[in-house]
Amino acid sequence: MKYADEFRDKEIALGLANAIQSEADPQRPYRFMEFCGGHTHAISRYGLEDMLPKNVRMIHGPGCPVCVLPAGRIDMAIRLAERPEIIFCVYGDLMRVPGSQGASLLKAKAKGADIRMVYSTIDALRIAEENPQRQIVFFAIGFETTTPPTAVMIRLAEKKQLANFSVFCNHVLTPPAMQNILESPDIRNIGRVEIDGFVGPAHVSTIIGTAPYEFFAEEFGKPVVISGFEPLDMMQAILMLVRQVNENRHEVENQYSRAVKRDGNLRAKEEVSDIFELRDQFEWRGLGQVPYSGLKLKRAFAKYDAEARFDMKELRVADNPACECGAILRGVKKPVDCKLFGTVCTPETPIGSCMVSSEGACAAHWTYGRFRDHQQRRAS
Amino acid sequence: MKAHQRKLDIKNGCVDLSHGSGGRAMAQLISGLFHSAFGNEWLARGNDQSAFDVAAGRMVMTTDGYVVSPLFFPGGNIGSLAVHGTVNDIAMAGARPLYLSASFIIEEGFRFSDLKMIAESMGEAARAAGVHIITGDTKVVERGKADGLFISTAGVGVVPDGLDLSAEKARVGDRVLISGTLGDHGVAIMSKRQNLAFETEIVSDSASLHDLVAKMVTAGGEGIRLMRDPTRGGLAAALNEIAQQSGLGFRVQEEAIPVKPGVAAACELLGLDPLYVANEGKLVAIVAPEAAAAVLATMRAHPLGCDAADIGEAVADDHHFVQMATSFGGGRIVDWLSGEQLPRIC
Repeated sequence: MKYADEFRDKEIALGLANAIQSEADPQRPYRFMEFCGGHTHAISRYGLEDMLPKNVRMIHGPGCPVCVLPAGRIDMAIRLAERPEIIFCVYGDLMRVPGSQGASLLKAKAKGADIRMVYSTIDALRIAEENPQRQIVFFAIGFETTTPPTAVMIRLAEKKQLANFSVFCNHVLTPPAMQNILESPDIRNIGRVEIDGFVGPAHVSTIIGTAPYEFFAEEFGKPVVISGFEPLDMMQAILMLVRQVNENRHEVENQYSRAVKRDGNLRAKEEVSDIFELRDQFEWRGLGQVPYSGLKLKRAFAKYDAEARFDMKELRVADNPACECGAILRGVKKPVDCKLFGTVCTPETPIGSCMVSSEGACAAHWTYGRFRDHQQRRAS
Repeated sequence: MKAHQRKLDIKNGCVDLSHGSGGRAMAQLISGLFHSAFGNEWLARGNDQSAFDVAAGRMVMTTDGYVVSPLFFPGGNIGSLAVHGTVNDIAMAGARPLYLSASFIIEEGFRFSDLKMIAESMGEAARAAGVHIITGDTKVVERGKADGLFISTAGVGVVPDGLDLSAEKARVGDRVLISGTLGDHGVAIMSKRQNLAFETEIVSDSASLHDLVAKMVTAGGEGIRLMRDPTRGGLAAALNEIAQQSGLGFRVQEEAIPVKPGVAAACELLGLDPLYVANEGKLVAIVAPEAAAAVLATMRAHPLGCDAADIGEAVADDHHFVQMATSFGGGRIVDWLSGEQLPRIC
């Protein structure tokens, strides 16, 4: 596969693994959080943990837009989708995300809601054009990467004067969530967060650039390396983080220089800021309310805002008190430290955010890595 | 006086409720379309069932339902798929497939021309596999109550004397052989859904494997412990199933698992894992180590096994994990799929 195989070369990987091994000081721990679920997926899928020294530990952060969507927002989506006049368009991996009491869009579809899986925003727009007598709502979700396509879609809907199209906006932002991990009031209850550096999400930075992380690195004294999603990208980013820690630096470095610039994609940023504005608060599954971390449509585009058009009421559902996601997302605990892990909470019946999509910390460990728990138990 | 009955207008006509009513229209559909496509002495007798002779040996029987969408895909259609799938279920027992039944649930409005094409490809697939479709059933349901056409089949075959393939025969150290590239069928189907267009046309691997199986059995004899066709859930589901049934674990090498570049690229794009994608012309065989080389050579000499590979081994594991050494140098589990494999957004 051109442009992919080059970043999966075993020999280069071994070279990087050796470099990490020889440069990491065996006397100290290195705890790096990969914020993005795409990174978590790559680490699990390629078994990168096996290639790192024992004292270099990856902590799987909250960065999967599907995982972090709270149950209340799913309940709101289901209520909307159940309205007979609505065709509800969603990305496939949202279908199984649990709302309250085990409800999901997949179950709502089975009960008769007209829910359609789409692969792009353009599919949703096409459905709106083909069904002028129905109301089409697109379930917009994702970080900074998927926000520009939603913005473009709203522009197109306006240009085509589509009166039957709106967006249920759930776009969220990465920098405020990263900040929340280190300074949320929850930390008093959870315990000390021990993170020595962050692997920053490259796809997000193709849009926002590396600059927004500079404040973060400076303020919290934590190195950030923006990394691509191929396994070699990850290994190189980890080596760069080890070097920053060893040299007592805390800078933003760009491993993904093939696509990321300091200022990002100016046109995309402009389009997003024209159409969206910050919400004061947005709830993240596992993290709770995170100030200024979500987007909503500006008043000028209210007619495309499903929450306004259908007078949607905000629904709140409390997380299961036994669930340790808050601590796991902050690296304070590991998936196996949670009593629910692998018992009542599995990928088939997820309770907490970390198990919701395949990119969550617990789901990734359950699906790809739990054989290591048995190996460790045997070894001890 | 013989009642006048207009001929089926195959070119422009379509199935209506009368074609499932048990009356003359249904008889005309069956004789004019299905019998001519499947044509054999058993059907010609026109009974509601067929009596048939069998050779000595143990019988195997299977049943299956086909609800594929779209009905026509690169490399086949629901008809040929129904024959291949049923033949393969029989062949995985090492059996020689003999007879099939076919039941059609047709949605009102389904075009005769499409039905004819599907029936003819069923007939062709059956003749190529040396099996006969000797009994069947036709139902027509109202528009909106079926997705065009559903086909249910049953099949019987005979296992040669002395052959008994079964998961509990697997032993630690046995080799895991796969007959070719993974994921071709699932990706071919997906490429025609949701208007996904790929630069390279990916063709389904839908095929009857009975001949390949017969040659493998000759080459491997009792060394072949069991075989399984990795259909829905792909190789991952097949190996997890065998691990549970045999009480063993498996360790496979990602580098050894054959996947076509086009299929790998499509899966990458959609966020799917080819290990979980369906196949309709592939088999997994668990083979004793001393027989593995001969069986693999036989597979590779067959057109349906030319990309066959030895991908790993059976290991002792109380947890029955299917573990994989990744091509990158790490390790992971290949777990059961949780629900349906859905494209990821990032």
